[in-house]
Amino acid sequence: MGALDYIKNLDRTVFDSHNDYGYIAKAEKGLSKSLVRRISKEKKEPIWMLEHRLKALGIFYQKELPTWGVDLGGINFEEIIYYVSPKGMKGYATKWEEVPKEIKQTFERLGIPEAERKFLAGTGAQYDSLNAYHKLKEQWEGKGVIFEDMDMALKKYPELVKKYFMKCVPSSDHKFAALHGAVWSGGTFLYIPKGVNVTQPLQAYFRMNAKSMGQFEHTLIIVEEGAKGHYIEGCSAPKYGSTSLHAGCVEIFVGSNAHFRYSSVENWSQDTYNLNTKRAIVDTLATMEWVGGNLGSGHTMLYPCSILKGRGARADHLGVAFANRGQIQDTGAKVIHVAPDTSSTVLAKGISKGGGVSVYRGLLQINKGAVRAKANIRCDALILDQESRNDTFPKMKIYESDVAIAHEARVGKISEEQLFYLRSRGLSENEALGMIVNGFIEPIVKALPLEYAVEMNRLIEMEMEGVIG
Amino acid sequence: MKKQKKILSLLSIKNLSVEVGYKKIINELNLEIKPGEIHAIMGPNGSGKSTLAMTLAGHPFYKISQGEIFWLGEDLQLMKPETRLLNGIFLAFQYPREIPGVSFISFLRVCYNNVNKLRAEQLGKEFVPISLYAFKSLLLAKMKSIDFPAHFMNRAINEGFSGGEKKKSEIIQMALFEPKLTILDEIDSGVDIDALRLIGGVIQGFKKSDRSLLIITHYPRILNYIQPDYVHVMMNGKIVLTGDYKLAKILEKKGYAYVAGGKAQANVNGKAGLKLLTNFS
Repeated sequence: MGALDYIKNLDRTVFDSHNDYGYIAKAEKGLSKSLVRRISKEKKEPIWMLEHRLKALGIFYQKELPTWGVDLGGINFEEIIYYVSPKGMKGYATKWEEVPKEIKQTFERLGIPEAERKFLAGTGAQYDSLNAYHKLKEQWEGKGVIFEDMDMALKKYPELVKKYFMKCVPSSDHKFAALHGAVWSGGTFLYIPKGVNVTQPLQAYFRMNAKSMGQFEHTLIIVEEGAKGHYIEGCSAPKYGSTSLHAGCVEIFVGSNAHFRYSSVENWSQDTYNLNTKRAIVDTLATMEWVGGNLGSGHTMLYPCSILKGRGARADHLGVAFANRGQIQDTGAKVIHVAPDTSSTVLAKGISKGGGVSVYRGLLQINKGAVRAKANIRCDALILDQESRNDTFPKMKIYESDVAIAHEARVGKISEEQLFYLRSRGLSENEALGMIVNGFIEPIVKALPLEYAVEMNRLIEMEMEGVIG
Repeated sequence: MKKQKKILSLLSIKNLSVEVGYKKIINELNLEIKPGEIHAIMGPNGSGKSTLAMTLAGHPFYKISQGEIFWLGEDLQLMKPETRLLNGIFLAFQYPREIPGVSFISFLRVCYNNVNKLRAEQLGKEFVPISLYAFKSLLLAKMKSIDFPAHFMNRAINEGFSGGEKKKSEIIQMALFEPKLTILDEIDSGVDIDALRLIGGVIQGFKKSDRSLLIITHYPRILNYIQPDYVHVMMNGKIVLTGDYKLAKILEKKGYAYVAGGKAQANVNGKAGLKLLTNFS
């Protein structure tokens, strides 16, 4: 069976089921200074990182929960397991045969090794707090590309990590950035040297398996001048019926004239609070592209941010969020134009069904001096039934007058006429609805590599199941 | 005694009344279509022609308040719109809908597989979905026959198509699904002469002995390409007159009002209507 057929035949159980793989120590619930010290000690981190963690923990205790957006009252910080190391995983493997069998099977079911063989330049696979597998193909190693597990990168390239780590998203940013700064573990480090064009995508997959788990992977990406690359993240977690928390952090530094694309398909289980922080700093004439799909997870707050720091920098944000029964997808984009001649586009698509709530929350800021900045924001919502909802909160802070801004928001219901037309061609009502929804998100899906586009369409199909009757 | 095999009626409409938003649009209409027959329904704007087409295709907004429709002896009202297509009724829309983001080819391949799946089931055969490659060449052949550019197969369904292109797209779908009955709702509106000739040609080629057509039109233009067996005049939700193809010519010359005036002595349906023709010519 080919990878595409495999993806087409995926069903929800692949994501929702867990395995009973054991853990080294009895997993410790709750947050404390001693836990933070233990994480740092187990990872044999330099002292500056321990200091960073402890400082971040202090900030976490001081900061209040956000008073806007999603109600986060359901998170019991004492009940969450912040760090677990699966049994027998001292470090990651670079061969799948060396990955513990059950863990390997999990990733095989998710189609990761298959994708790696077929089209990826490098692959990482994180299981709970640690990476089980990490590998960059040799041809890219030879060109000086670094694609590492974040813990390992801290050991191997301490200066490089220290220079950039949480400089784009400081711990002081908000409560969950602080929490992340204190207990982060695993994640990806990607460095693309000057002028290197990594033509194949690199991928990391983050899997939460343990119950009541918190996953806090850190992704740090440095794209040097004139370099080019595409990084993809996939995420999922099993369903337990108890709250889990994902508070990852993605920092991207895009050098002058560089071009970088970050794509992610987040498909956490409905038990998950997905409170991710993603941000890029974009230098002169560089381009940053965000492509994101948010399905799954009970509560999401996610607003990828681009800071257009250099003259002529550009950002494109493409996002789709699907809120099904019991879900709140509060997502959007933030763009901050700092320099002249910068430009940005945002295309956000929200779908709500079965009482789900999708929210577009965006910030467009144009600083004084960012003359001739251009921004184009479009958010479309599709509401599939009477009980579902969509809200749009576009915020604009414009401090420069010589700018061009366009904003368009559209909220639509499924058109009866479209539905009837498709049904009159022999499609069932569900097939017709699925087709209209897939068509609605097509502008975003087409920006994904084929395998992910197929996965995304399949995930949408799964969400669409049982719409009628 | 030699028993003659009775030709089963394909579509049988009996005493049908249809309401849209509590307004009666079709009023006690009767119509019978047998396999292989070509019927044309002509009539002025607002006479209920398109309502009849939508009702036959199963549009949920059109409520049947009275009467019955039988499709191959079965109650059509019990069939969902998709079931009607799968069982052989195809409606070429007057205003085909646009579906953004869904390519023409991927859409049609799903429909095509659905049609063939049911046919395989009915014949007790194993169903094998058509490969993308095979479907592409099949679709290309159909598109070519109507001079429809190949790149349209990757465009979104009807999106940005001109009026004529939308109608061609309907005809391509008809040719793909090979329905027993095709309802053409104003297939000639918004279509230039060259496109109409092509559309007419495809319909002629498509027409086989057992395939039936119901052609709904204001103008007799399309009837120059496909000669109907019966021409019905519809006014105020009823068929008021039935004749052969010559009736279309008379209508073209004299208009609906004249025909409606002469209707007074006419027997409403069937052979009596045919006889009436002599009085007009």
